[in-house]
Amino acid sequence: MLLQHAAAGAAHPLSGSTAELLWLLPVLPLLGFIVNGLLSLTPAYHAGPADPSASPGADHFQATGASHHEEGEHAEADHAPVRHRFASIVSIVGPLVLVLSFALAASIFATMLGAGEIHTPFIQRYFSWMPAGDLNIEWAYQLDQLSVVMVLIITGVGTLIHIFSIGYMREDPGYPRYFAYLNLFVSFMLVLVLGASYPVMFIGWEGVGLCSYLLIGFWFSAKANADAGKKAFIVNRIGDFGFLVAIFLMYANLGALDFAGVAERSVQLTAGGSLVTAICLFLFLGCTGKSAQIPLYTWLPDAMAGPTPVSALIHAATMVTAGVYLVARSSFLFSLAPVAGLTVALIGGMTALFAATIGLKQWDIKKVLAYSTVSQLGYMFIAVGVGAYVAGIFHLATHAFFKALLFLGSGSVIYVMHQAYHHTHKHDDAQDMRNMGGLRRFMPVTFVLMWIATLAIAGIPIFAGFFSKDEILGAAFARAHESTLADASLLGVPGSAVLYAVYAMGLIAALLTAIYMTRMMLYTFHGENRTGEAERSHLGEAPWVMTGPLVVLAILSAFGGWLNLPAFFTDVLPVGKTASLDHWLEPVVGESALRITHGSSAHLSASTEYLLVGVAVAVAVTGILIAFARLKPSLLGTRTPAQSRASETGIERILANKYYVDEAYDAAIVNPTVQISRKLLWRGVDVGLIDGLFVNGSAWLARGLGLAGSWAQSGQVGTYAWAIVVGVLAVLGAFTVG
Amino acid sequence: MREFLASLSYNNWILPALLILPLVGVAAIYLVPAPRHAGAATLDDFAGHGTARWITLVTFVAEFVLSLGLWWSFESGSAGWQAVVDRGWISEWGARFTVGIDGISLFMVLLTTLIMPLSVLGGWTSIRTKVRGYYALLLVLTTGMIGVFVALDLLLFYVMWEVMLVPMYFIIGIWGGERRIYASLKFFIYTMVGSLLMLVAILYLWTATGSSTFNYDQILAAASLGDRGITVLGTFLPASLLLFGAFFLAFAVKVPMFPFHTWLPDAHVEAPTAGSVILAAIMLKMGTYGFLRFAMPLFPDAAMTPWVRTTILVLAVIGIVYGALVAMVQPDFKKLIAYSSVSHLGFVMLGIFALTVQSVQGSLMVMINHGISTGALFLLVGMVYERRHTRMIDSYGGIARVMPMFAVFLTVVSLSSIGLPGTNGFIGEFLVLIGSFPSSPYLTIIAATGVIFAAAYLLWAIQRILFNPLDNPENKRLPDLNRRELLIMGVLTVLIVWLGVYPAPVLRRMETSANKFVETVERGASVRPAPRAVSLEGR
Repeated sequence: MLLQHAAAGAAHPLSGSTAELLWLLPVLPLLGFIVNGLLSLTPAYHAGPADPSASPGADHFQATGASHHEEGEHAEADHAPVRHRFASIVSIVGPLVLVLSFALAASIFATMLGAGEIHTPFIQRYFSWMPAGDLNIEWAYQLDQLSVVMVLIITGVGTLIHIFSIGYMREDPGYPRYFAYLNLFVSFMLVLVLGASYPVMFIGWEGVGLCSYLLIGFWFSAKANADAGKKAFIVNRIGDFGFLVAIFLMYANLGALDFAGVAERSVQLTAGGSLVTAICLFLFLGCTGKSAQIPLYTWLPDAMAGPTPVSALIHAATMVTAGVYLVARSSFLFSLAPVAGLTVALIGGMTALFAATIGLKQWDIKKVLAYSTVSQLGYMFIAVGVGAYVAGIFHLATHAFFKALLFLGSGSVIYVMHQAYHHTHKHDDAQDMRNMGGLRRFMPVTFVLMWIATLAIAGIPIFAGFFSKDEILGAAFARAHESTLADASLLGVPGSAVLYAVYAMGLIAALLTAIYMTRMMLYTFHGENRTGEAERSHLGEAPWVMTGPLVVLAILSAFGGWLNLPAFFTDVLPVGKTASLDHWLEPVVGESALRITHGSSAHLSASTEYLLVGVAVAVAVTGILIAFARLKPSLLGTRTPAQSRASETGIERILANKYYVDEAYDAAIVNPTVQISRKLLWRGVDVGLIDGLFVNGSAWLARGLGLAGSWAQSGQVGTYAWAIVVGVLAVLGAFTVG
Repeated sequence: MREFLASLSYNNWILPALLILPLVGVAAIYLVPAPRHAGAATLDDFAGHGTARWITLVTFVAEFVLSLGLWWSFESGSAGWQAVVDRGWISEWGARFTVGIDGISLFMVLLTTLIMPLSVLGGWTSIRTKVRGYYALLLVLTTGMIGVFVALDLLLFYVMWEVMLVPMYFIIGIWGGERRIYASLKFFIYTMVGSLLMLVAILYLWTATGSSTFNYDQILAAASLGDRGITVLGTFLPASLLLFGAFFLAFAVKVPMFPFHTWLPDAHVEAPTAGSVILAAIMLKMGTYGFLRFAMPLFPDAAMTPWVRTTILVLAVIGIVYGALVAMVQPDFKKLIAYSSVSHLGFVMLGIFALTVQSVQGSLMVMINHGISTGALFLLVGMVYERRHTRMIDSYGGIARVMPMFAVFLTVVSLSSIGLPGTNGFIGEFLVLIGSFPSSPYLTIIAATGVIFAAAYLLWAIQRILFNPLDNPENKRLPDLNRRELLIMGVLTVLIVWLGVYPAPVLRRMETSANKFVETVERGASVRPAPRAVSLEGR
């Protein structure tokens, strides 16, 4: 229905409006990348220490090792903070392009709001990208209700994080390079959500992966950081392989790659057929890479090696949610493939639970948040898996608010801890919560803001996360009762059973979320301060350029739920519109969502709904109370991290070591691949068999024949005569037999 | 632009000019008296150092500028030969000097004329002995390479093929590394074995068509071999299959296809920078070009015989994965790049034999991209080798801190080689894979895993070179790239981005020829009757 309109060729309601400036959205940050990138390469910078080894910082840098938070070359600032020569230009250009992008996005959004009902996407074609035979991939962008939501989140949260970075990265010698990468990331991210076809989306998809790689390994002189960047890229590539295969399947079977074309032709596909299931599962393989789901989640915790604002922007708010966006964008396919939907929901539920358990025992404040992100992404996949696309995007938005806040808040903490250690020349780990404690006295603003985010993620009512998480759990429960998914089965297990299990996993994960988040707050901000006496005098609130963005995010975390208030809430408290996001996204995902629920938009009965909400709230509150009751930061006393680890036993130890999944992957996949390549393929086949036996072997054979020949030419006629006789007999014999 | 070129009657002289100009350069090198430097002991070592390389550079730049006109004079929609020149040559045998281009050879010629000046600049300071001979050989080599791409006469093609072989043999054997003799001999014999069989096949075709002509079009039209063939041990082998086999061997060695690739790592490692660049960027394309121009259109029934085609597709896919895996564990960066070439050229072969318009255009793009990206990689290795005198990856580490520009370019080029969307590398591999998928889905999926391994081997390598702690004292004072090197890499980087973002002008110019290739082979494979199972002797 949506496509006939597009085909009609009538002027789109948005043509001629500011929406025509769509192309400028990714171009603005791209310009920022070019300017900052060139500034980072100016000779003025290289004129610095010609020999880095001469500066004491270099040695200090090696000595601190990789496990600590380090500002890379920052260490050279032991004498005086070295600001990059063009830092002031960069501080303007870097965030400014984001502000402009956001302003443009906001005005486009306003235009859309004013344009009334828009049923079709507004597609802008720029040029032919890959024309080859009947394949013609155009560089085209698509503006619709879904992409504009993503654009607003990316540019909005992106702007705040850029501003925060001015303070956080202030003294880093790689300041312009940092902003260059960050700008480039935003540019690719916008291409990802604006692309009107799978291949154009794939440009952004791999482009953000590249920026993630560059930013994780931003302080590349430590091996651990460079390793983490490389791991992120390669693991993502495994997912990208899936994305590519899905593209091939679509082109071979549907003959189209743009969203409109695939949607139009997807009606030819057999619902529940193996083809559409395969396409969806391969797409989802891409999602497990980019959005860090089982089994490809392992890169995300390591990605914390990058600067903390990067973790906030890329590894929490935007890039890692690309997979959720992809499923929502492909809802016309996923709604035809119940088995794929069940898989998505199940993997989402498992990841939500699994990552939450690991989050319980991490001491690195960023690692807690990293596993939390993996877990929350799991929720989003539960949502899009069961066909509650709006709930998935809703949680994507609220998560962007509160998780960005948590990461930036932890960034402030780390920044302050680092500054303190810097002054006292101590090399302790500024990210280990065991070194913190009692920070609320020194950072009261950050303390309050972080609690707002914690309550939001835990799902305490009226905070943003409550509404989005509740909607997801409710949807999973409802679809288990009545949907195409419930009718299907996954590996012989009835779909409804799978979905009830997913609901249960989501609920347990919610409990664990409340526990580990409260734990993080307890160890960081509550109790006695565990930094040294000398450091204590240097603790204090981070500068306002950093705290300011936190305040904005805190407001969003507190009231973000107003984006999509459920009816049961507005019935009681008529303080806002009901289901705004539902209505907004209806033209994009409405049809697909209805297909999964057999065409009925019926929700659960009011009583069931209140019961579910009650259970969810009880679980969240219980989690917080358990954490307060069971955890005693005071017991930590003055123990150092090393001592603490020794005391962990049994399940605690397994959790602290993340179930040894990395070790298992190394032993089962990485090392065998390298060893087989080296020993069997290279030394064995290449050097041994092909070169040794055939190539050099034939050289030896030729030499041997030559020697034999020279020996045979002895000049003795008798020998020749014998040879002739034998030869003739042989030839005759051959003819006779033949 | 086209009118201007037409007013110069550009198309009537450009191809012969491109062939002759390098030879003029050779004459100039030996005729222009070398200024005697004070203290220069021998005639050839220092004398002529400056003049010979400047003459060569000027010649190559002129060659490149001249060839650029082809970009505009080329008519995308036309399926025929363009810029054709046809002159008598050896009239007794019917061999003629016939040259011309289509959408396939156009880009091979442009790639050659682009890479040559860059490779001279890349080795600007590294050649210090027998300088005049070195540059003279580079010039002769260029004539040979362009000749291979433009020859429309099979004998002319064969002569050019051999002309190209000899200079490279000397370049590796004289100016190469420690094991240069072994490497150059291996290169020579490997190539020679294949090309001699090809000569036999060409002569057979010549006799089969009445011993009157070597002209490509006439042989293509007349080369109906019917059911000629021989029976060996009770199995009938059609002549077309045997001839295809001969061409296959010549070209497969050159590609190189697994398992005929082992000359490549040795030749690459031992060759001087310019040698490696030219080998990788241009000479590896001779093999795939040969399949596109000769082996497949001339013997479509043989090439499309199911078992033959499947075998080649499987070898291509093995090459993709195997090359990548072996590249991953190489301690020597040049060897790593050499094996990565095996992987990339596997994509080309996959695309050619998958035989769809997309896959063939993709193959052509991979050929161009591999020329640019792998050429750039070898140039970069050469640059850092001149500073540090080692190719061992583990000798480096953290040099992004001292050589940031080098780091930028190595990263960009590696990403292009990995096939990141937005760079040229993606376009080629994507088209090959999407074009091959419908006919051989499983092989294509295996081939697509190559994108994972490519990321693994190159990112691992650049991490160990650019990133990690800068802990080796010898690396701490490496100077960054100079202006000459920045110029080279700048040109290549612009191409990498341009071909990644807006490849349409290139794709449009090659589309007609790719289409024609696919149609020719498909028609040939379907129309010709399958050889009868029982036959004793060719008529």
